[in-house]
Amino acid sequence: MNTVKEIVAEHGHESSRLLEMLRCLQSPTNYLSEEAIVGVAKELNVPISHVYGVASFYSMYSTKPRGKYIIRFCESAPCHIEGAAEVLEAVQDQLQIAVNETTTDGKFSLELTSCLGVCGVAPAMMVNSTVYGNLTPEKAKKILAATE
Amino acid sequence: MTLHRSHVLVCSGSNCALHSSSFVKDRLTLEISQAGLGDEIRVLETGCFGLCAQGPIMVVYPEGIHYCKVGLEDIGEIVQEHLLKGRIVNRLLFKGTSDKNWMTKDDFDFYRKQERVVLRNAGVIDPENIEESLVRGGYAAFGKALSEMTPSQVIQEITDSGLQGRGGAGFPTGRKWQFTQEAAGDKKYVVCNADEGEPGTSKDRLILEGDPHTIIEGMLIAGYAIGATQGFVYIRGEYLLSIERLQKAINQAREFGLLGKGILGSDFEFDLEIRSGAGAYVCGEETALLNSIEGKRGEPRFKPPYPAVRGLWQKPTLINNVETLANIGPIIQNGSDWFRQIGTPECPGTKVFTLSGNICNSGLIEVPMGMTLREIIYDIGGGIPDGHQFKMAQTGGTSGGCISADLLDVPMDIPSLAKAGTALGSGALLVVDDRHCVVDLAKTFLRFFAHESCGQCTPCREGTTVLLRLMNKLASGKGDAQDITNLQRLSTTMQQASLCGLGQTAPLPILSALTFFADEFHAHLEGQGCPAGVCG
Repeated sequence: MNTVKEIVAEHGHESSRLLEMLRCLQSPTNYLSEEAIVGVAKELNVPISHVYGVASFYSMYSTKPRGKYIIRFCESAPCHIEGAAEVLEAVQDQLQIAVNETTTDGKFSLELTSCLGVCGVAPAMMVNSTVYGNLTPEKAKKILAATE
Repeated sequence: MTLHRSHVLVCSGSNCALHSSSFVKDRLTLEISQAGLGDEIRVLETGCFGLCAQGPIMVVYPEGIHYCKVGLEDIGEIVQEHLLKGRIVNRLLFKGTSDKNWMTKDDFDFYRKQERVVLRNAGVIDPENIEESLVRGGYAAFGKALSEMTPSQVIQEITDSGLQGRGGAGFPTGRKWQFTQEAAGDKKYVVCNADEGEPGTSKDRLILEGDPHTIIEGMLIAGYAIGATQGFVYIRGEYLLSIERLQKAINQAREFGLLGKGILGSDFEFDLEIRSGAGAYVCGEETALLNSIEGKRGEPRFKPPYPAVRGLWQKPTLINNVETLANIGPIIQNGSDWFRQIGTPECPGTKVFTLSGNICNSGLIEVPMGMTLREIIYDIGGGIPDGHQFKMAQTGGTSGGCISADLLDVPMDIPSLAKAGTALGSGALLVVDDRHCVVDLAKTFLRFFAHESCGQCTPCREGTTVLLRLMNKLASGKGDAQDITNLQRLSTTMQQASLCGLGQTAPLPILSALTFFADEFHAHLEGQGCPAGVCG
């Protein structure tokens, strides 16, 4: 795993690349620890509040621990029309968590996302970097059961 | 160069990719080679054909036969029957609205009424190969601009074309370029806004996936015209395939001397960098996007000064949407008079729409500006599935207006839709049938805005939350007439007082729904319950 120092150096100590640095820092664990945020701020010589402000602004970053798999579920209007609400219910039922929660075994976190831009196959969700479409409650449950 | 007797194009756009089109392509390549046809038939991955609901789609040339919903189990038959024996596999042809099988593009009502300028290469070329773009005239317009035109002549041509921004606001592109050219600054930037987050919109994603070089070319021409040496493409973090394809295209353009220093032997210098977002709808707003590129929170800035004067790192910056930039090459190549022949006099050119919701042919289309909503839904979209009736269309995405069947004959262009009380916006078109409830949908819109409001200005931060609370109350059957009045008053306040487009447009779907579906809102008050039986 690359250290904070290495990641900041890889991005040329350019503070405009902060979003990219945070993405790299977050990728092994799916969340940004306090040490990581403080470390980046120190390396870039910017206030900790600036780094924390950015980390907490964007929904793809988390300052709280999250599961190994992040489910980004689309509940925008085109997915809603095609029955996303029932699918979301099935997902919550299967995982026994609500939106913005993580399963007790630390495997899944459930979040809502804005439109994923695959409305031709609505309803859709992303599990980490994989997008799934044409979801039904059964299909979504199968996908999650098969995610290892 | 090897000549092939047949080419099979497999769509690898995001929608088809979700139908496992890459497995289909791999299996096809394998079975072609096993049948000993490896030297005769070439398999290619292309961008989106448009008929996303029918994916994965495959087209066999030279005949141009379209096969739809091709599964792994169908590959053997296609290879044995079509590719070996020349017999078309009828059961995989698309059944249109009539009983007739649609075989080639000419048979498809879906394609017949379309005019492809922006999508000219999507579904035609291999987007990961710059040579295929070059063969189709890629970068010729840039070459023309650089060698035959002055920067001011380029801007004049764009101004004369009447092209308006395709990202949603519809500002005249030529004037934007002129302001940025005239602004004083030692360094200037060109930014492509590919932060497509408007629900129901996937055109920018599919343009980038299908023809990334057209965006690079548009940005090169823009850079030459305004005097910029650096460009940024800001793409949503969720659009992984778009990022990957564009990065490959940038690398190839550099290898071919189309980006970097001394481009095409001139002293013109220009380079591009991709910056990706991290999940914030508000970053589609141009000043929020600039803050995000600078590595800050994506909060909108006060305007003026506009980005043309003070943008990225306070330098003059030109920001154009993906679709706008995809129009630049064709305008420079064919001239503004050619462009003005398409569309309407007030709103020339084409528009790319993404059709979603209760419509047979959901997917990606491009039509001349001014085509009516009815033609789009029924002639191209194939109408409403399963015998249901049209109830409502929302144009322009979740921040666009909701219109009823009375407006089915409205021309789909920027001024006509503004006059009708809605917006063309990003070109999203959500079609809703009679099983759905307008109040329930309004709740969905407001949940989205309450989630995506960045929290910087009070009218938007508090307004979206209160609107959602009021709508929840109405949906639960506990609302009264005063709640509707409050919805309207608060909406007007937000339109006037919000800092950026998010808060200013969030009330539009609510106000338009209240106008066109007033009876349905009132039915929810009077204790009769939800007429569609959805809310409860």
